[in-house]
Amino acid sequence: MYRTKSGEEIFIIDGHTHNWNAAKDNIKNIHGQQFIDCFYGYHTVLSPKDQVWPKEKFDHYGTEQMYQDLFVDGPDDMAILQCTYLTDFYKNGFNTIEQNAEMKNRAPDRIILNGAFDPRDGEAGLDALEAMAAKYKIKGVKLYTAEWRGDSRGYKLTDPWAYRYLEKAQKLGIKNIHVHKGPTIIPLDRDAFDVADIDHVATDFQGLNFIVEHCGLPRLDDFCWIAVQETNVYGGLAVALPFIHARRDYFTNVISELLFWLGEDKLLFGSDYGIWTPRWLVEQFMAFELPDEVKQAKGVDLTLQAKKKILGLNAARLYDIDVDAQKQKIAASSSEKVAA
Amino acid sequence: MTLDHTKCEAAVRRALDRVTDPELDEPVTDLRFIERLTVGHDGSVSIGFRLPTYWCAANFAFLMADDMRREVGELPWVRKVQVTLGEHMYADKINHGLEHGLSFQATFGDEASAELDDLRRTFLVKAFQRRQESLLRHLTTLGYKPATIVSMTLPQLQALPIGPEGGPLRQRYVDRREVCAGPDTTLAFVDTHCSPLSADTLLAYLQALGRVTINAEFNGALCRGLLAARFNEDGEPSLYDFARMAPGKAV
Repeated sequence: MYRTKSGEEIFIIDGHTHNWNAAKDNIKNIHGQQFIDCFYGYHTVLSPKDQVWPKEKFDHYGTEQMYQDLFVDGPDDMAILQCTYLTDFYKNGFNTIEQNAEMKNRAPDRIILNGAFDPRDGEAGLDALEAMAAKYKIKGVKLYTAEWRGDSRGYKLTDPWAYRYLEKAQKLGIKNIHVHKGPTIIPLDRDAFDVADIDHVATDFQGLNFIVEHCGLPRLDDFCWIAVQETNVYGGLAVALPFIHARRDYFTNVISELLFWLGEDKLLFGSDYGIWTPRWLVEQFMAFELPDEVKQAKGVDLTLQAKKKILGLNAARLYDIDVDAQKQKIAASSSEKVAA
Repeated sequence: MTLDHTKCEAAVRRALDRVTDPELDEPVTDLRFIERLTVGHDGSVSIGFRLPTYWCAANFAFLMADDMRREVGELPWVRKVQVTLGEHMYADKINHGLEHGLSFQATFGDEASAELDDLRRTFLVKAFQRRQESLLRHLTTLGYKPATIVSMTLPQLQALPIGPEGGPLRQRYVDRREVCAGPDTTLAFVDTHCSPLSADTLLAYLQALGRVTINAEFNGALCRGLLAARFNEDGEPSLYDFARMAPGKAV
């Protein structure tokens, strides 16, 4: 919970978090090593200096640390926990649903557990998705279209098999499709992170919501064009938001463009934990004001109401969370723990 | 013939200054991608370069290496240029392709979906847009009216008093103007289809160009920071890496 100076409570749903394991004994090959090293690069480059972790902690922080950083030291009320399998790089996967379920058990009222699928898994993957949905009652999945699989360096959402998976997801009530469309960890050519495929699937699957994580950065212009045409396309602010600290002018530019093209109802806060921790992100975001000249030039504003939507209410809508009821649930389960 | 080493190295550096990262539109030298440079007595040049992450796009890496080879190869005394990429997921493949003078497609086979020329073109156009935006904004700030700007010819632009800050912006734009301006147009400013700009819509046009700049800035900020973080050059990456990328500032 974040409280404004005037005492108003802001309900925070962190739309993009991970509980990964990149410890040495889980790394399969040099790609796995380089992958986590690159993440650490992001962490050190954009975090405030006093928020930089030692590398060992970054490699594998574990469930307790995550609970502490999000819900005790951090302002998150809830967090959406995403999967990233990367089984070609990590022996037991980087960030699997089984691993994430540990966190769900630790904080059942606070964690929204998401699944994942990969259309290259064919029929067997469809069955696995069904089993995952039954076991974990997921309402969302995270897709990583650039993931390596054997010789394949990625897929597109418009592939025939991807359509079958999306149809299946829709049938199973998995209505929130988070798609990583962001920077680096790039395959041979950048097509696998191209945002154009979102345009097609968003039109063809009106019952699904597509949350484009990282807003397609660095292809913000392409993403804005697509998002403005599709009512069911959302922007996830993970990776864009940390620029608020190191490059404020740049963040101003990005957020004002997003407000102009998508609007305040279509943006979701995400810390991308453990790359960044939510506390400083939320504090800086709450303190952030658009400069007057930007407000005038672009005709947008980042009001308190807009911030509330971005920080939690939009995600609550997508995941059918009744904020008041959820607050009570969380308060009740926290006090039980204290009593115990 | 004996070669003056210091002079030769300086000449190679100047040649490399003309090679840009396609997406960032900045010289590979300024970006600190050049890691090693040796000039042999026989007129051979060996260049080692590196990138901000192990994952940087292979086609961009190949493109830059190709441009380095081309630019340095044009120096009259150069007999042989060897370009080597270090610490990259495709380093072996790319170095093999470079060594044997293979095309990008031939180097990567089925994994590559497009030849480099299209890619080169795409990013030259983006560079054109960004350089044009910086210059147009500068002219607007100086008080030149949209009607004046859109009807200006290239010689008029060249002669325009635009202050010490404007000089480099103008030079950068003129260096890329022909990417989109055909030989028949004398207008200083055209859009990417070589059509004249309109005074009425100049502001909206500038805003649209601004989004191209946002993208490049994102990459620029990250690339510098990641490179410093990866090679731990300055102890730790600092705001210096970001400050250098102040928007609209000529590099």
